[in-house]
Amino acid sequence: MLQSKARTMFDKIWDQHVITGKVGDPQLIYVDLQLLHEVTSPQAFEGLRENKRKVRCPDRNFATMDHNVPTVDIFNIKDEISRKQIDTLAKNTKEFGVRLAGMGTEDQGIVHVIGPQLGLTQPAMIIVCGDSHTATHGAFGSIAFGIGTSEVEHVLATQTIWQTKPKTMGIHIHGKLPHGVYAKDIIMGLIAREGVAFGTGYAVEYYGNTIRNMNMEERMTICNMSIEGGAKMGSIQPDQTTFDYVNGRKYAPRQIGKAIEYWRQFTTDDESAFDRIIDFDVNDLAPFVSWGTNPGMSVPVDQPFPSIKTEEDEKAYNYIGLEPGQTAKQIPIGFAFFGSCTNGRLSDLKIAARAIKGHHVAKGVTALVVPGSREVKEQAESLGLDKIFKAAGCDWREPGCSACLGMNPDQVPAGVHCASTSNRNFEGRQGAGARTHLASPAMVAAAAIHGHFIDIRKEAI
Amino acid sequence: MKPITTITNATIPIMKDNIDTDQLIPKQFLKNILKTGYGRNLFFDWRYKKNGTVNEDFILNQPEYSNAKILITGDNFGCGSSREHAVWALKDYGFKVIIAGSYSDIFYMNSTKNGLLAIVLSQEQRNILAAIKPNEKIIVDLPKQKVCYKDYNFDFDIDPLWKHKFINGLDDIAITMGYDKQISEYEIRIPRFN
Ligand code: SF4
Repeated sequence: MLQSKARTMFDKIWDQHVITGKVGDPQLIYVDLQLLHEVTSPQAFEGLRENKRKVRCPDRNFATMDHNVPTVDIFNIKDEISRKQIDTLAKNTKEFGVRLAGMGTEDQGIVHVIGPQLGLTQPAMIIVCGDSHTATHGAFGSIAFGIGTSEVEHVLATQTIWQTKPKTMGIHIHGKLPHGVYAKDIIMGLIAREGVAFGTGYAVEYYGNTIRNMNMEERMTICNMSIEGGAKMGSIQPDQTTFDYVNGRKYAPRQIGKAIEYWRQFTTDDESAFDRIIDFDVNDLAPFVSWGTNPGMSVPVDQPFPSIKTEEDEKAYNYIGLEPGQTAKQIPIGFAFFGSCTNGRLSDLKIAARAIKGHHVAKGVTALVVPGSREVKEQAESLGLDKIFKAAGCDWREPGCSACLGMNPDQVPAGVHCASTSNRNFEGRQGAGARTHLASPAMVAAAAIHGHFIDIRKEAI
Repeated sequence: MKPITTITNATIPIMKDNIDTDQLIPKQFLKNILKTGYGRNLFFDWRYKKNGTVNEDFILNQPEYSNAKILITGDNFGCGSSREHAVWALKDYGFKVIIAGSYSDIFYMNSTKNGLLAIVLSQEQRNILAAIKPNEKIIVDLPKQKVCYKDYNFDFDIDPLWKHKFINGLDDIAITMGYDKQISEYEIRIPRFN
């Protein structure tokens, strides 16, 4: 083997964390940070208790409550099992000495929003969470991925995990985003073109001038949806934008200069280091809208929905109540959801507020605005965004996962079409029979105002 | 986990292919905080009628099979969603061994993580085991990697690592704890900036 073989950022971080094992076999790797939430952790803590085990490094674990949180009256959880999961997490974290951003506290929010916001998420880390959207944290130049409940227990007990090293894929994203087109459209466009499984078995790295010019929140939106393309991990090399974001946050390193010096070594040597490369030009990219029941079933807003080629297509059309040849303009929107770990951050709410300001949501449209965390909510309120949304007829809510998945009271009624800034449009995801249409916050705002999607590149909202 | 060496027990045949995790435990039972308590809802849609009463035609509900701890089944067992609850439900019901034609990758991994022995035997061999009388016992000898019934001796394969884990009752965590020294050494090397 050539000694001078180029290495990816991923290789460098991975190799740094290997405790034992060789490439090709499961390797034992060290986990710098585990994030926990109430749904996938109870059995893990129960397992520790049964076996009389402790949490090896309590300060490398951090828990929050998000999936089951009601966004109206947060202390009044009506669903018994939801309440049990919330109470159990509070009890477990107390018993095992794990930090918890509890109900109503200033740090609480969606797990993938608060990690970065608190400075817990840092470059060059291995980060895990019992949640498939953990790749969000890869935006900081870390290796971050979702794991199962047995693995959560394993990490709690040993602060390590057995993993087989995946192959690496570089996604070169270049060009200038046209007016009205956003990070969300890049990742949706990529998945529409490459399919929902193109990343299976790969750790993906997004790079190129488009990525370089993005702020951290946009980068997170892209990494967040890696799993929708099949990739468990999606990362972006850390740079000055990353360091500036982390610096000064609650749990950020205090010796930031030294930390940055260390982080700077985690770069990809050159493109030859990747096992596979995809090229994605954004100069002529259009806003995307999903028409079907997986995130790959999306089209540019001005293009017709595709013809039926597979049984899956047919099933999707039946569920969603649309027909091939129609366009996003013809989707009768009855619900709009602003929020989630994809697009529930301050910059997303700013974009949506700018679009919606001075307008009112169309007759018959229910619009929920759900900040990704309490901090996002407070910052938005200090900018007066809540007033803009309320004046437009939207509901301004408490932070949580909300209508991203039908696990708490925020659900889209059966048969209703929802323009949503979230990441999954699976059958029943936002409620039994709910019809989800994924899009960027600006597109969802326009859809809420008009009662259908419009091409925001061309039409004034 | 409890060590598994030799298991002598009665069998219960459900010779269907592609039994998926939804059939093993439907999604309405996933909202829970325990690993236990799923057994009573194992095979829910087959075990109970629409009106909630027990379906006496289903083999799991027949008294002569109530002591069986070894499931004989078809190909591609445990396909579908990755829910670990499927394994938890089989274990909670009391199953110790599954003998199938093949398994989904994720189900197989989940079973190794939870001490449920999943064995592969050929269709012919499984047909023989499926035809034996209720309450008649077979022997699963893990150290020798054999399934024995009367004069039949069927060999089965198992990864040496999993075999070691089962025989010694080691779970993944116990194995990893064997690397405690390396982990501690690694922790000293982690750069700190606080
Ligand atoms: S916002 Fe949605 S995708 Fe994100 S963690 Fe919550 S439920 Fe999962």
